[in-house]
Amino acid sequence: MASQEQNTRQGNKKGFRAWLQKLLAGIPLIGWISGLFAAVLIEYFLGDLISYYLGLPKIPVLFGFLTVLKKPLLMPGTIGYLILVYGLPILLIAKSLRKPANKLAAFLDKGPVSVGAVIHLGLFYGAMHFWTDLSDYRLLVLKLTMIAIMLTLSINVINGYMGEFSCSHPGFMALGAYGASTITLLLFANDKLFGDALLPEALGLYFFPLALIAGGLIAALGALIIAIPSFRTRGDYLAIISLAFLFIVKSLIENLEFIGGPRGMSSQPNYSNLPMVFIVMVLCIWIINNFVRSTMGKALNAVRDNELAAEVMTVNTRKTKIIAFMFGAFWAGVAGGLFAHVLRYVNPGSFGIQRLAEILAMVYFGGLNSVTGSIVGAVSISILSEALRPLEIYKWIIIPLLLILVMLFRPTGLIAFTEFNPKELMKPKKKRIEEQ
Amino acid sequence: MALLRVDNMTHYFEGLRAVHNYNLILEPGHIVGLIGPNGAGKTTIFNLISGIHTPTEGNIELDGHNLIGHYPHKIASMGLGRTFQNLLLWRHMTVLEHVKMACYSQLGYGVLGAFFGSRRCHKEEKRITSKAMHLLETFNVVQFSSQLAVSLPYGAQRRLEMARAMATNPKVLLLDEPTAGMTPDELNRMITIIRKVHQDFDVAIFMIEHRLKFVMDLCERIQTLVFGEVIAEGTPDEIKNNPHVIEAYLGKEDVT
Repeated sequence: MASQEQNTRQGNKKGFRAWLQKLLAGIPLIGWISGLFAAVLIEYFLGDLISYYLGLPKIPVLFGFLTVLKKPLLMPGTIGYLILVYGLPILLIAKSLRKPANKLAAFLDKGPVSVGAVIHLGLFYGAMHFWTDLSDYRLLVLKLTMIAIMLTLSINVINGYMGEFSCSHPGFMALGAYGASTITLLLFANDKLFGDALLPEALGLYFFPLALIAGGLIAALGALIIAIPSFRTRGDYLAIISLAFLFIVKSLIENLEFIGGPRGMSSQPNYSNLPMVFIVMVLCIWIINNFVRSTMGKALNAVRDNELAAEVMTVNTRKTKIIAFMFGAFWAGVAGGLFAHVLRYVNPGSFGIQRLAEILAMVYFGGLNSVTGSIVGAVSISILSEALRPLEIYKWIIIPLLLILVMLFRPTGLIAFTEFNPKELMKPKKKRIEEQ
Repeated sequence: MALLRVDNMTHYFEGLRAVHNYNLILEPGHIVGLIGPNGAGKTTIFNLISGIHTPTEGNIELDGHNLIGHYPHKIASMGLGRTFQNLLLWRHMTVLEHVKMACYSQLGYGVLGAFFGSRRCHKEEKRITSKAMHLLETFNVVQFSSQLAVSLPYGAQRRLEMARAMATNPKVLLLDEPTAGMTPDELNRMITIIRKVHQDFDVAIFMIEHRLKFVMDLCERIQTLVFGEVIAEGTPDEIKNNPHVIEAYLGKEDVT
């Protein structure tokens, strides 16, 4: 009764929100993914036709941001396209598949989480596959976004879960990128730096995960340089040490001629294809999420909130710090390896302060101490910085401004201090209780 | 044989002598109290025993093992639990997570198990969860188990800290002013809790306390510390009537 009164008093907005909530309730995750899959298929087969009738020169590549910013007059057509191709199909199909989707979700809920996760992810990957098939630009943006998710999650382990302000993440990334690139170039590619391939090129793709792991391990070893000082100091001082580490790595690479010096390394084989990046990212999310939900991982939080209490409660704080730094650096290194093979070119300049600012923006925007927050932060900042590309220099006014606003209204980021529970996420959704 | 034994312990902070020639013998099952004015060095003694500081001189043994030079977490897992005067709780962790965290040294899985969520990891997590829930029930904070610890009422926070300390499976429990800031009502409840812990968990207790009623009620033996030196040691009655103690607390009686 009370809520109804409020409804009438607050007028339309509240009513609209309630209506929207009612409309969207009761659809499980798999329903939404099926909707997305259908929408992507519609775009794949009918996209050209729809955009032709709406007066658009071609299919809007990145949700129409680029089209609208370049030619504002195309805005109605773009919005129409978004509604026709994404909005309506997703909504209608998710809504109409509600019952079977809920049944399927209930069935998967009984089985092990891994089976359900594989089915969800498979469907999602299918959607991504068709979505990126339409343009190479989309493919590149998507791959870089997935790499950004890995970077954000891995820095969240150190900056969020353990609460040390580490600035060395681009350094770890560089170590991983150069480590993995050196291995693939040396073994599988004919290039200027290392000469002819030592192994047949056909083996390359199978060895690539090993090269990524090797790159990650090199980054993890580098992280020891910061982990050991972290026993004795923390806060600002450790931040400065980690910043110093970033510069050391950068100038080291600039001065080592055998890996290309300031000119960088190029012509890496094209191993970072979409399935590879997707699988590595899923593994990264899964492993990090497992770790931070275990008591051993929660030890990071204990060290952050009160190191003395943690130590006296039998937590081995030194081991915990080493694990956190090496673990975070490992995934940053793996992400760096993927990054090098996506762009097929790395130079020391791409691992500087600019990159650090980007990663920090993602993690603080999305939210500390939260896997969901990291994903949200990484996706929104990377998509936004691509979408606003036509604004050129003004892009770097809008994004920081957004960051300031988020910090003002949500000081810990959008979604901070939450636990990411895949089982909970994939659960069948019951419709909310109808009006009494 | 003594469970906790401190011999001739002396500690300097940069030339300032904080503790001088301190000795302690704690027998199994005993409760010993440590009283003394502010700044006498009581908490320093606790920090020295639990390994946060290393004594300049002297020897500390727990159940026959030498504690000098070990890290605090090692000492804690050898069977030395403690609480803090100013409640060191973890800000972003729930009550249940607090107690589970104190089981860190008993975790039967490694880092890789935690990464890949091995079956063993799940089993161990389940085991320590049920252990933690049991402890929360014992200390009557189970109803808060999924709340953040900092949002609890003060008395419950104190009980939680005790539960957390007991989760480390201590043989000796050091309590640093367990009644600081408590109302008389909460104080009486604390006495019952400490008695219960003492009996049910079979621990020896060494505590710092300011409230004489509390110490006199619980302790078999009391030490009085003034300026880092023990000036009196004995049963509660002996301490109550010791002129040195009265002098330290109330000042010298001027008879003119």
